[in-house]
Amino acid sequence: MATEAQDAAHGAADAAHAATGSGMPQLDFSTYPNQMFWLVVTIVVIYLILSRIALPRIGSVLADRQGTITSDISAAEELKQKASEAETAYTQALADARAEAQKIIAEAKAEIQADLDDAVAKADAEIAAKAAESEKKIAEIREGALEAVTEVAKDTAKEIVAAMGIKADARTVTAAINARLKG
Amino acid sequence: MASEAHTEEAAGLVFHPMDQFKITPLFGGDTVNWYTPTNATLWMGIAVVVIFLLMVVGSRGRAMIPSRIQSIGELAYGFIHKMVEDVAGKDAAPFFPYIMTLFMFIVFSNFLGLLPMSFTTTSHFAVTLVLALLVFFTVTIVGFVKNGTKFLSLFWVSSAPLALRPILAVIELISYFVRPVSHFIRLAGNLMAGHAVIKVFAGFAQVAVISPLAILAITAMYGLEILVAFVQAYVFTILTCVYLKDALHPSH
Amino acid sequence: MEGDLAHIGAGLAGMGTGIAALGVGNVAANFLAGALRNPSAAASQTATLFIGIAFAEALGIFSFLVALLLMFAV
Repeated sequence: MATEAQDAAHGAADAAHAATGSGMPQLDFSTYPNQMFWLVVTIVVIYLILSRIALPRIGSVLADRQGTITSDISAAEELKQKASEAETAYTQALADARAEAQKIIAEAKAEIQADLDDAVAKADAEIAAKAAESEKKIAEIREGALEAVTEVAKDTAKEIVAAMGIKADARTVTAAINARLKG
Repeated sequence: MASEAHTEEAAGLVFHPMDQFKITPLFGGDTVNWYTPTNATLWMGIAVVVIFLLMVVGSRGRAMIPSRIQSIGELAYGFIHKMVEDVAGKDAAPFFPYIMTLFMFIVFSNFLGLLPMSFTTTSHFAVTLVLALLVFFTVTIVGFVKNGTKFLSLFWVSSAPLALRPILAVIELISYFVRPVSHFIRLAGNLMAGHAVIKVFAGFAQVAVISPLAILAITAMYGLEILVAFVQAYVFTILTCVYLKDALHPSH
Repeated sequence: MEGDLAHIGAGLAGMGTGIAALGVGNVAANFLAGALRNPSAAASQTATLFIGIAFAEALGIFSFLVALLLMFAV
């Protein structure tokens, strides 16, 4: 059924071909004026639409966008500049603070060192004084002891001499002892 | 007529690859007068409507961040604008709307022609002939208006030996007049060929055994046709730009 | 008889489209070879590529047109 209708349509088409004497619709010159007329109308309409409305509008939108992008980029550049400036300032401040801290540490160290030196000197002096005193005392004691030894020796010698029954002159004994002690 | 249909059925295959290009009046009748609205008129009108929707309605928001349709419009604008600037030079800017018109009309006619049951206006010699002649006359007039008689130096190849120059001038002159011919036949021929081949494969699809193969072939051809539809519009436009460059700067 | 000869002629003319395909392939192949040798210059030459392809295939289209004329218009 469908093929019949198709064939009928084709038959009509063939008839049209026969009428124009050409199998190619492209070479059917009787339709040329029609197509050319409507084509010119179409082209003119499209040209007016594009040149009057569409192209200026799209062009301005693109230009606006380009402007926005450019200004955004420059703003971003500025912000970047600012950020790097801030970074520099921060680094500077950090270095300053570090130097300050070093200074404070050095001062504190020096102060402590001075205090320490003072204390050490004081202690040294005290120690020296105490040592001198002790030496003096030792010397005194030694002297005392020497005297006592002499005394004891004299007394002992006198007693020994007396016990031996010899009458000895005190002076002679003392002289003898002194000589012996020195010897 | 009946016998003819009969023989065709006997052969099993019915090929009518050229029927799709037939021009018929929209509102009945047989005669096609110059003012009669035909299917060609209808599809030209559809192309105008689609271009209007894309370029005007699509960009009505003037959005900084474009919508999809506006992006396509901007893409087309940027594409042609760059082509005109790169190929024809900066001083071809006044011709940008004209070239844009040609490109938009051709590309939309080509793509609309790929819709099933549609009519491809650019497959007709009458249409492409007018387009090519428009370009030819524009280029020639612009060449003479901008450069005066210096435009003729296009044909006088000053870099060639003197003895060869007249021969080269004849060749250049012939090639100059062949330009619009190849320009219009290329566009219409490409589209006609592709559509006719698809129709031939559709004819093979009538036979049940090979119909899957035929349908596969139609699909492949259709993909190729989509490529051709764009490339032919591109080629037509870029050749217009090249000819325009010759007209603006005729010295070789 | 004349119609049969026209059909034979159409077939002969149709061969031209295939030969034009060789030309188009030649253009594309040489472009690809050049582009692989110097990829940075390839992008700027795509327009030239398309023009070359268009010229090469236009002649194939001419022969196709002759075939169509012989098929339908003679």
